[in-house]
Amino acid sequence: MTINPARPAISAQAVRKSFGEHIVLDGVDLTVAEGTIFSLLGPNGAGKTTMVRILSTLIAADGGDIQVGGHDVVAEPDAVRALIGVTGQFSAVDNYLTGEENLRLMADLRHLGRAAGRRRVAELLERFDLTNAARKPLSTYSGGMRRRLDLAMTLVGNPSVIFLDEPTTGLDPRSRRTMWQIIRELATDGVTILLTTQYLDEADELADQVAVLDHGRIVAEGTPAELKRRIPGGHIQLQFADVGDLRAAARMIAAAAPDDDQLILQVPGDGSVGSLRRVLNELDDARIDVAHLSIHSPDLDDVFFAVTGRSAIEPAMPLEEEVLQP
Amino acid sequence: MTSLAYTVTDSATMLRRNLKHQLRYPSLTLMLAGIPIVFLLLFVYVFGGQLGNSLGGHGAGGRDAYVTYVVPGILIITVASAALGTAISVATDMTGGIIDRFRTMAISRGAVLTGHVIGSLLQTLAVLVLVLGVSLAIGFRSHANVLEWLAAAGMLALFAFALIWLSAALGMAAKSVETASNTPMFLTLLPFLSSGFVPTASMPAGLRQFSEYEPFTPVTQTLRGLLTGGPIAAHAIPAIAWSAAIALASYLWAVRLYNRRRAATPS
Repeated sequence: MTINPARPAISAQAVRKSFGEHIVLDGVDLTVAEGTIFSLLGPNGAGKTTMVRILSTLIAADGGDIQVGGHDVVAEPDAVRALIGVTGQFSAVDNYLTGEENLRLMADLRHLGRAAGRRRVAELLERFDLTNAARKPLSTYSGGMRRRLDLAMTLVGNPSVIFLDEPTTGLDPRSRRTMWQIIRELATDGVTILLTTQYLDEADELADQVAVLDHGRIVAEGTPAELKRRIPGGHIQLQFADVGDLRAAARMIAAAAPDDDQLILQVPGDGSVGSLRRVLNELDDARIDVAHLSIHSPDLDDVFFAVTGRSAIEPAMPLEEEVLQP
Repeated sequence: MTSLAYTVTDSATMLRRNLKHQLRYPSLTLMLAGIPIVFLLLFVYVFGGQLGNSLGGHGAGGRDAYVTYVVPGILIITVASAALGTAISVATDMTGGIIDRFRTMAISRGAVLTGHVIGSLLQTLAVLVLVLGVSLAIGFRSHANVLEWLAAAGMLALFAFALIWLSAALGMAAKSVETASNTPMFLTLLPFLSSGFVPTASMPAGLRQFSEYEPFTPVTQTLRGLLTGGPIAAHAIPAIAWSAAIALASYLWAVRLYNRRRAATPS
């Protein structure tokens, strides 16, 4: 690990939890340094939500040692609760109140006092672009607005550690970008963030550290760059019109593996423009036509595949794979 | 602030939230008031003429006598019916996402439930005033003095407090809002099996015994004694004892359910 946590905001050792016979967390260790974004990446059912529920004092672990902000979650839950903010997977807003009333409710429960509470609420409405909808019932809010209100409610008490359980699931691409921007700003302000996601690009985009959770165990951990370095590099994929061209190209380009059925040739490489130009120039000189070409850079799905042998996480959008049509 | 001060502040915050819900969506309150009013009109105008004649010692007979007899029973069924609302509002909260937010905040223990219970108590008292107003409009007359009215209000409030905690516990125990709106239904049935609508003496032996020992009968009889005359002390003691016992047991049950809730929810 590149970050050496002198003062970890979150530290968990050997966390175990089962529901009946079903083991959900099987000895999870994680350490999150203060002021960083840590992403717990994994498919549905990997145990991400359970981990967040344990760290945020909602449920008790069967075993393990867990500290948040230096306080033990079992011995001093209220000290932990005073420091944290949680935005769960399902919206945690009061549907019978307006956006402003929801935020006021949080200000009252955080004992901010009347004047300070009002100021904080106005500030958050402004920051989350909810001022115009502040006095409207929540039934008129869009999904993105509800999610923003949800996060704003979490921030009312100025928490120093924030748990975000799949903060962008179900959001449209634009709301997703807005949410990413907000999360980055929070980290810039020095807030420690633990977020769970099943989207590779999200972890890649936001996280300082990523832990891949699979069947209740952490199967890989590191910075996104470190994780990508652990796996075979990217490749260029070439498709040809017939077997003749495929064979000819395969003879020419070293270390290429032809697939006769699909007429595909995979050329390992770093996906850089230089290597791409070299390959295409060689083929051009030999007058071999390429029917279809795509570039694949290594992403976290490759990491997941490399460590588990399965491809269980789906990218939200094909950001990593650009398809070129000649 | 001390932790006691926080308990009061947090409970007041939760109470304000519940009162806002009631004011913004008055349909539940109106439904809770509607049930006893329909029963009042049904029993007085449909059954009252006949039932009043057979009351024996309870008046000159007829519909007028029955109004005097049945109003304490109606006030009790009002309390039982209004308590149903607590189970629904508690279950709505518990099955929604916001409760998890509350549980990850340093809110004093029990503030969520206290807010519901006090909110429901105020709602019940408002509904009682409405039902009493309709009772007076259709000819209910009381000889009670101010002190007896206050005592009657106190008895109703205490019994309401007990049933509301019971309903809150049932709301906590329910897995869904639908279940929560069904399980406390027996509360609206028990007044019919008490002295609320007909004297227990007119019931067959087994039912009569049940009726004489169930909590709704001493509470009804206490109210009857205070509002329209009759023995009070003999009924008031079991009525208060029942109320205190139900309130305490339900409170402990509800808090226990609240504290261990969702401990078994998988990811």
